[in-house]
Amino acid sequence: MKFSSSPVLSQAVPAWRSRFVVLMLMLAFASLVGRSLYLQGINNDFLRGKGEARYERVLEIPATRGRIMDRQGDVLAVSTPVKSIWAIPDDAKLQPAQARQLAQLLEMDVRELNRKLSSDKDFIFIKRQIPPDVADQIAALKLPGIHQQQEYRRYYPVGELTAHMLGFTGAEDEGQEGVELAFNEQLAGKPGSRRVIKDRRGNVVEDVESIRSPQDGKDINLALDDKIQYIAYSNLKQTLDQFKAKAGGAVVLDTRTGEVLALVNLPTYNPNNRSKLSGAQLRNRALTDTYEPGSTMKPFTAAIALEKGKFRYDTPVQTAPGRLTIGNATIHDSHPNGVLTVAQVIQKSSNVGISKISLTFPPETMWDMYDSLGFGTPLKLGFPGEVGGRLRPWKKWQPIEQATMSYGNGISVTLIQLARAYLVFARDGDLIPLSLTKLDTLPPQGKAIFSAQTAKEVRSMMELVVQPGGTATKAQVPGYRVAGKTGTAHKLEGGQYANKYVASFVGLAPASDPRLIVAVMVDEPSNGIYYGGDVAAPAFSRIMAGSLRTLGVAQDAPLKPVIITTDAKEEF
Amino acid sequence: MARLNLILLAIAVTCALSAVTANHKARKLFIELDREQSRMHQLDVEWGQLQLEQSTWASHARIEKIARDKLQMKTPDPKQTLTLDGGKQ
Repeated sequence: MKFSSSPVLSQAVPAWRSRFVVLMLMLAFASLVGRSLYLQGINNDFLRGKGEARYERVLEIPATRGRIMDRQGDVLAVSTPVKSIWAIPDDAKLQPAQARQLAQLLEMDVRELNRKLSSDKDFIFIKRQIPPDVADQIAALKLPGIHQQQEYRRYYPVGELTAHMLGFTGAEDEGQEGVELAFNEQLAGKPGSRRVIKDRRGNVVEDVESIRSPQDGKDINLALDDKIQYIAYSNLKQTLDQFKAKAGGAVVLDTRTGEVLALVNLPTYNPNNRSKLSGAQLRNRALTDTYEPGSTMKPFTAAIALEKGKFRYDTPVQTAPGRLTIGNATIHDSHPNGVLTVAQVIQKSSNVGISKISLTFPPETMWDMYDSLGFGTPLKLGFPGEVGGRLRPWKKWQPIEQATMSYGNGISVTLIQLARAYLVFARDGDLIPLSLTKLDTLPPQGKAIFSAQTAKEVRSMMELVVQPGGTATKAQVPGYRVAGKTGTAHKLEGGQYANKYVASFVGLAPASDPRLIVAVMVDEPSNGIYYGGDVAAPAFSRIMAGSLRTLGVAQDAPLKPVIITTDAKEEF
Repeated sequence: MARLNLILLAIAVTCALSAVTANHKARKLFIELDREQSRMHQLDVEWGQLQLEQSTWASHARIEKIARDKLQMKTPDPKQTLTLDGGKQ
């Protein structure tokens, strides 16, 4: 049938109907044009924002924490990436088989996992800090609601050896103890972020802008010598085991630069596994615990005596009958001597002798000396919890106090303070600040406390200590001349001197041109032997010998003296 | 006039096409840069891990144990030691 003969056409349709249809179409068209004008022209910011949100991403750029290295560049602490597994419990509807698989990969109990996943929180960590390869296996399972997050974990390859020195970091990779805390600012990296455009495959196609550029943390070169640290650690440990002591500390200083070559505290802990930590293990005794140093203080009194010109090396001092009564207190020598020279007072460690020397000076002079040696003030190495020890103001001193302080009672110090103060003997009278980090240049001239002459004379007095007739022949180091001083102090407990001891030895070598200071402190040796010369001196000798050999220091003594063990008993 | 217009049109089209190409190249180069940067980061991480491993193997406790027990080595006696006075001429 032809179109023109269609019966529909023959029907008379009113003209308004077609006009109405046209009008409706025009209206619809106009509204579309209007809408598109509105979207494109007037309200386009919103849409552009929405569009960008679909292909633009802000990426976090992680920054790594700096490494900590020893003076040779051996790594002592390094951060490596690990993954943490977290979940949105509402999304994580796992099949029992999936849960078992996940628990197995994470090495945790399925019940534990299910308990965590049934928590009503929005976000939970299932396990933190797992190795990247395990994380990849978990990612391959494509479990719903289980996500991963990149984190860093700090590893300490030498473990407990440097635990106190380095400290450790928390789960967020920020320093919590030791060098990690003290140098946190340099070590910590600052994560950056940037805005990028990603294509549909997830490749970054364009950097729109860098919001913040990441800054990796700086590496730190410590002054510590890995090998000397090991020597100090193993020998101190051996000593503690041998004498059944409660705790101990050892410090090795380079006398030329004031660098801390080793710092050991025992008991220690493994910083890589800190699940069972006790306060005793955490204590950095050498820096944060004070103790009464005992006779190791005597050389300072001898030095001021020589310095002020009142005494000479061989000025006689009457120490008979081994007792000295001041007020209502009496100072004893447990092995009374007769008339001793100043040098012999140090060699035999006579309390009476050193007290008499000390009392010839006004309290202010003595206080000034202790203060200028750094006692009573923290060293300000930046270590957390550093203390200054106790040095009472001289105006409040009783004569008996002045006397006891000359042999190290009634004054308290930290081991590192004492070691540093011995720098004046090693450096011909001057004192320099200590450094935990490696120094590239020699420090400038220090503060002169004593004259070079005084320092040399006291050094030779301290050499007598390790000679036959001295208190510490066991401190001898074959091949080297050694100068040092023993200390044996009663421990204070609740204001009373208890029958517990701290045995110590501080010394330097080679005496002809000192290179190292080694200070050893042993807390509560408890198998009946507690003299500094018996407990701490042998450890000193081994640490000193090993350290000098490590540094290749030239020998300065003929190799005759075989260790002779007829010690004079020291006083305390 | 028509000629000039044609030339201008050709220039405009060339410019447009080269802008597109340049943009494309820039993106490709950027992807490459990005890949290299993440490789750099990866290598840095690996270096750290290798240092860690080296430190673990080279720990003094381990060296001493092997030297003493396995290789039967001992510290030389000071009498067997000769220190050379180097550097001082």
